[in-house]
Amino acid sequence: MSVALVEVRDLAKRFDVSAPWLNRMLEGKPRQIVHAVDGVSFAIERGRTLALVGESGCGKSTVAKLMVGLHAPSAGTVRFDGEDATQALASPQGQGLRRRLQMIFQDPYASLNPRWSVHDIVAEPLVEHGIERDPAALRERVATLLASVKLGAADAAKYPHQFSGGQRQRISIARALATEPEFLVCDEPTSALDVSVQAQVLNLMKDLQRERGLTYLFISHNLAVVRHVADEVGVMYLGRLVEMAPKHALFSAPRHPYTRMLLDAIPDIHLSGRARTPVQGEVPNPLNPPSGCSFHPRCPHAQERCKAERPALQAIAGIRVACHAVAEGRI
Amino acid sequence: MSLAAGGGAPLLEVRGLVVEFPGRRGTLRALDGISFDIAPGEILGVVGESGAGKSLTGAAIIGLLEPPGRIAAGEIRLGGERIDDLPPAAMRRIRGRRIGAIFQDPLTSLNPLYTVGRQLVETIRTHLPLDEAGARARAVDLLRETGIPAPEARVDHYPHQFSGGMRQRVVIALALAARPELIIADEPTTALDVSIQAQVIGLLKRLCKDHGAAVMLVTHDMGVIAEACDRVAVMYAGRVVELGPVREVIHAPAHPYTAGLMGSIPAMDEDRERLVQIDGAMPRLNAIPAGCAFNPRCPQVFERCRRERPELIGAGATRAACWLATAAVGEAA
Repeated sequence: MSVALVEVRDLAKRFDVSAPWLNRMLEGKPRQIVHAVDGVSFAIERGRTLALVGESGCGKSTVAKLMVGLHAPSAGTVRFDGEDATQALASPQGQGLRRRLQMIFQDPYASLNPRWSVHDIVAEPLVEHGIERDPAALRERVATLLASVKLGAADAAKYPHQFSGGQRQRISIARALATEPEFLVCDEPTSALDVSVQAQVLNLMKDLQRERGLTYLFISHNLAVVRHVADEVGVMYLGRLVEMAPKHALFSAPRHPYTRMLLDAIPDIHLSGRARTPVQGEVPNPLNPPSGCSFHPRCPHAQERCKAERPALQAIAGIRVACHAVAEGRI
Repeated sequence: MSLAAGGGAPLLEVRGLVVEFPGRRGTLRALDGISFDIAPGEILGVVGESGAGKSLTGAAIIGLLEPPGRIAAGEIRLGGERIDDLPPAAMRRIRGRRIGAIFQDPLTSLNPLYTVGRQLVETIRTHLPLDEAGARARAVDLLRETGIPAPEARVDHYPHQFSGGMRQRVVIALALAARPELIIADEPTTALDVSIQAQVIGLLKRLCKDHGAAVMLVTHDMGVIAEACDRVAVMYAGRVVELGPVREVIHAPAHPYTAGLMGSIPAMDEDRERLVQIDGAMPRLNAIPAGCAFNPRCPQVFERCRRERPELIGAGATRAACWLATAAVGEAA
């Protein structure tokens, strides 16, 4: 078995969302902590794509930010190519590590500085990391990067507002590729795009992965997109991984009741007349998660044990799933 | 109250609708000759990418075009009478009473300073001859009908106390308050998670059937169309390029744009290394190409497409604005 490029163990992130100190004192409001990410572990092999899916508030974007050091973890470790990245990313000495992992954000309208030309945007990582300082050489490298995302060298002089959403997302991909990273964290990279443009960006990302041997962590709420890009899929619910499986296993034989529910909720575009059970209930408030398995209030298979005891992610028949009902062989 | 479903007469008729935005550098034509009907009890989907003009079509029908946008030509008829040339006061009586609207973001369509009950009562009393207590009872009924648990208590809550999906149910309750004949739903599920989206679509379908209301469902999501609609109109660059029953349009798209759109959606039941890609982007309004607006991106383009603009044409239930479809019809005839 090959060595994982990225290895995450028991990663957790807690946010203090308490009322201000004075209100707590005067009004007796309690401290409130959100467990945005709560003990997540996974590994990604070099050249592979792991996708994390889940509904709003499940913690998938927080995982993305933890991976690149935009948040410091409350607990747990991120190891990158064998070394501990959690310390390095937070310190100035982490420069060498930071250039090996880059991020693509969801909204190409918000993630590009509107006052900067495309040249400035794409050249910034090169200058920042001291990779290239000579203006002529910089121009050449920017042109090469733009060509790799199918934009012209002349586009370097333009500003973000002169581009469509899909083109902007390609500019952010060019920027992310500037430091020749091995690992790209993509947080909903196509969610703000129209489907035909989404297809262009997804095809480009697959081509780049093949050409450069990139490793992706792909965050999305769209299961069809995930099915298209991922090798392995992790399903998150309220800050925890509930199921983790190779793509085909997950989509053909989902085990966790939440995964089944999510797959059932997707509109059936081919009108195959597949029977679907309507989804019940909503995601609970993460400030006050249910006891035991946090999915139990919506789960058709919930029993007493599910309300009391939180299931751990355990390997069952080639996949990993956190469910008492599956572990006991009830479903 | 309204025409019986299946009676044949459409509730909404849109004919040759043109919407223009006059500006300093000339007039932009955002909608260019849109025509379609919706029958009572029918859900018509309007699908297309950003900037195709789908939301604008809805705004034109409810008379909420943002100035300087204006209807430059065409007719909109509701139950047989023209509504596109009504004075603002008369249109205001129709809006809410005979046409209900549901918008994308449920948080911005509700007033954060008033309880949902007060907003419902205000809408109900504006349009129906009910007193305060009667209107409140109706508000509670509406909340119950849209699937909000404990409606008697929830009616006194503020919008921020509801989750996104529950808020969208409140917005649907508001749209239904005066039992309108037509509902314009503009991306009603786009801001919601998939599991909640499925619930809201189910709710819309059920209410449409129960009330016999006609629904125009604007969305960019083909999955929602497949799930909810009877017929679908595909829009591109301000025009309807294909119009037909959902099943036919999805399984046998007649227009190359529809075919490309379908192919670019990642499928849940097959493996494809690459998605179908429509190169380029939709043209800007000030640079719509001559002939068929899709011709620079079309894989099957030929000479005529660059010269002449095709109109919606078709032999069966599906009509497409494409010279290929025209050729097929010509051969068949």
